[in-house]
Amino acid sequence: MSAVAESPRPSQLAPMRRRSVVGRKAVDLVVKVLSWIGALFGIAVMGFVLYEVIIRGLKAWNVAFFTQPTPLDPMSTSGGMANAILGTIIITAGAAAIAIPIGFMAGVYLAEFGRNGRVATSIRMVSNVVMGVPSIIVGVFAFAILVKPLQHYSGFAGSVALAFLMLPVMARTTEDILNLVPNELRESGLAMGAPRWRVTLRVVCKAARGGLITGATLAVVRVAGETAPLLFTALSSFYWITGLFGPGGYFGGPVANITKAMYDMANSPYPHMQALAWGGALFIMVFILGLNILVRLLFQRGKEW
Amino acid sequence: MVDTKVDEPTQIQDGEATVVPPRLAVAENRRGSGEDFAALADEITVRDLDFFYGKAQALFGNTIDFKKNRVTAVIGPSGCGKSTHLRALNRIFNLYRDQRASGEILFEGSNILSKDTDLLELRRRIGMIFQKPSPFPMSVFDNVAYGLRQHYRLNRSELAMRVEHALKRSAIWDEVKHKLNEPGNALSGGQQQRLCIARAIAAEPDVLLMDEPCSAIDPVATAKIEELILELKDKYTIVLVTHNMQQAARVSDYTAFFFQGRIVEFGSTTDIFSCPTEKQTEEYITGRFG
Amino acid sequence: MSTVDIDIPPQAGAPRGSMKAETRGRRLRLGDPIFRGLATASGLFLAVAMVGLGVVLVIDSWPAITGLGTKMLTTVAWSPSTGEYGALAALVGTFLSTLVAMVIAVPLALVIALLLVELVHPKVSRVVGTVIEMLASIPSIVFGMVGIFTIVPFMQDHLVPWVLSTPLGKVPGIAPGPNYAGGGVSIFTAGVVLAFMVLPFITAVSRDVMKMVPQVTKEAGYGLGSTTWEVMRKISLRYANSGIVGAIFIGFGRALGETMAVAFLIGSVFTSLPHSVFDPGTSIASLIALNFSEATDKLQISALIELGLILFILTILFQVAAQAWLRRVQRVTGGRA
Repeated sequence: MSAVAESPRPSQLAPMRRRSVVGRKAVDLVVKVLSWIGALFGIAVMGFVLYEVIIRGLKAWNVAFFTQPTPLDPMSTSGGMANAILGTIIITAGAAAIAIPIGFMAGVYLAEFGRNGRVATSIRMVSNVVMGVPSIIVGVFAFAILVKPLQHYSGFAGSVALAFLMLPVMARTTEDILNLVPNELRESGLAMGAPRWRVTLRVVCKAARGGLITGATLAVVRVAGETAPLLFTALSSFYWITGLFGPGGYFGGPVANITKAMYDMANSPYPHMQALAWGGALFIMVFILGLNILVRLLFQRGKEW
Repeated sequence: MVDTKVDEPTQIQDGEATVVPPRLAVAENRRGSGEDFAALADEITVRDLDFFYGKAQALFGNTIDFKKNRVTAVIGPSGCGKSTHLRALNRIFNLYRDQRASGEILFEGSNILSKDTDLLELRRRIGMIFQKPSPFPMSVFDNVAYGLRQHYRLNRSELAMRVEHALKRSAIWDEVKHKLNEPGNALSGGQQQRLCIARAIAAEPDVLLMDEPCSAIDPVATAKIEELILELKDKYTIVLVTHNMQQAARVSDYTAFFFQGRIVEFGSTTDIFSCPTEKQTEEYITGRFG
Repeated sequence: MSTVDIDIPPQAGAPRGSMKAETRGRRLRLGDPIFRGLATASGLFLAVAMVGLGVVLVIDSWPAITGLGTKMLTTVAWSPSTGEYGALAALVGTFLSTLVAMVIAVPLALVIALLLVELVHPKVSRVVGTVIEMLASIPSIVFGMVGIFTIVPFMQDHLVPWVLSTPLGKVPGIAPGPNYAGGGVSIFTAGVVLAFMVLPFITAVSRDVMKMVPQVTKEAGYGLGSTTWEVMRKISLRYANSGIVGAIFIGFGRALGETMAVAFLIGSVFTSLPHSVFDPGTSIASLIALNFSEATDKLQISALIELGLILFILTILFQVAAQAWLRRVQRVTGGRA
């Protein structure tokens, strides 16, 4: 190793001019301050939205809000959101009833059967892509396959649109969570002579149930506040839902829901309508953030699993 | 081929029953033996260094002198605090808010543990080589130029010359001179480590702290780095943490033996390996624990 | 794998026991194919439904595609009475508002990520991170309402007049055009609100990729006397830049299709092109949202569905590009590191 001998002698190297440390430290400080400002700004926006919604929403919360249907007459100062609240619950529950079982089974397929096969890979790719598709497009789709052929809007069409948004989320979270279950658990179940389905449901899913419940809840939370898919599927209504079928029923006609009602009311110039819209906003926020926080608290481990 | 100079007397003699003389031979050209330690110039002087991870104390009253242009090896069983001690010397531990040090570390006459120490300048002057080769995600050239660009105003040709110089001093120039624009992490592990040494010395430090620099690389590359350490001590003061006693014996002038956060024994490498005064040192270097 | 202690030892059980096991076994042999079949069917259903979405959009927009041709993309018109539909204004408005959003959101997300990863205690980081993430769960319509009731007045009364009073106000693209409506309801306002809707996502991804930078590499940077910012800019961001670019792509794709907030704020001017970011305009999604339920004309419905198809293709392009990019990057860095 004669590298040292070849290298320029230190004396041949001119002394170097130093860069000022002060300038570098100043830049560093500026960036640090900026990042604090940025983070505080983000928090402030969150706080501001919450504050606005709570203050304005609470003013609208009274007995009528939770018991009366949305007022027909925009000038009236009575009425509430009760029919819309019920409608949103029904539409969302309908979506969950469609998407959770199918999404769960699809997730099971991806994690337990499909694995790295070509079919599973393409399903994964397609659902990744669709997870980023704007919700309004899903609304257009539900309109095209349900509303247009049947010639009427329906709560069910709204459920289908929401279910469509939930499906890929549900499938991918289920898969991710099942993949975290150690393989030894599966093998020991199978080695005991238990059939595959029993191992999957009783052993694997049981081990992962916290994560699965979290995943399903977050999938519901994700669509509960959606408006765009309902604009031309469930539409809106001033009346209570009357049952399953017929013009006022879940399958037969428009169903009142909070978000579309909020949209219409917020766009109206009447203060009472706007107040009801804020009441609806508060309701939706309480529901979403509440479930979000509840699930995070109950299943802290859910994140790792 | 790792240590042709020193492998001769490594066989164990079972003469006495109680005191087994340590058999690790120390290379003969070691400066540690026979020179007047007190008369040597100090580079870093550590006095009563205590170190804490949160509430847990990891170092207890460490007092040691690192002399100019000497290689000081820090040995001891894992968890003895040798890396912790090293990480106090350039205050890299300050990145972690629950770690703190007290006592005195004198470098150029001032206590670097004091609040008004300029950490950027301190770390330029006390470079560090880590256990794992840690090239930056950039080209070989940019890796070496990193510290230069950061601390100095250089024009293009000055920069190129400095980079070449650092790579030559790190005995890696011949291997990378045609790969200067390739990513640093495309090199082999041993080359990456020498690249990191080049990167550290390019900024013209006075001290190099090496934290088990050979633990993640193969024996051939290890031999090259050891050779490099011996060459570098002409210009730099080197503190070498190692779990490999043979390595300490091969390259260091002075050796400190750490045990449970305390410096049990410090002396010339020849003395430490041939006639340690402490029982723990002897047990460790003869391989009875650690 | 030791399963001896739980396994039934062969030939050890009483005859009754073994018979029981056998009958159970037969029943279960049917269970497995059914289970597997259900799972596979669900998986395929997912894929077919997603592909079906694209097919249905194409079929239903066919009258508009054939009837309007390229006019849809190149002209500015929306008139059911004359049957003229051209969505150029919506395309321009969509890109402009998304651009405004990204210009605000990306640097903000990066500095917040820096704070979360490098500057604060992990506990603080988790709390701040969670609050920022919670922004993502606020429904689009709530953003729209907060926007229309508070941000629009602020823009109109303070920010926009101030910007227009500076020399910047004369710059083309900022100087108000003929449709200028006070600046409150405008492409810019929509973009600002969009920025906060995509901020949590870009922040979270940036934080995650920056966390993946090996600690020893960062220490090496600090060990050479770098400041926090220098380590981030020269080392962490180089490590993480590909992941962040992917996140920006995906964020862009999301902002493109945001509907409700934009519908409230962008101003719904779809018959002329905006001259400035402070002009009102429209976006593809809000054009669909505002016109769909009132549309009776078959061609208009078809045209609106075609707009949906265009948006669909745009977002898919962004998604696919982002994912291909991320995969490539993973391969490259995975191969090297």
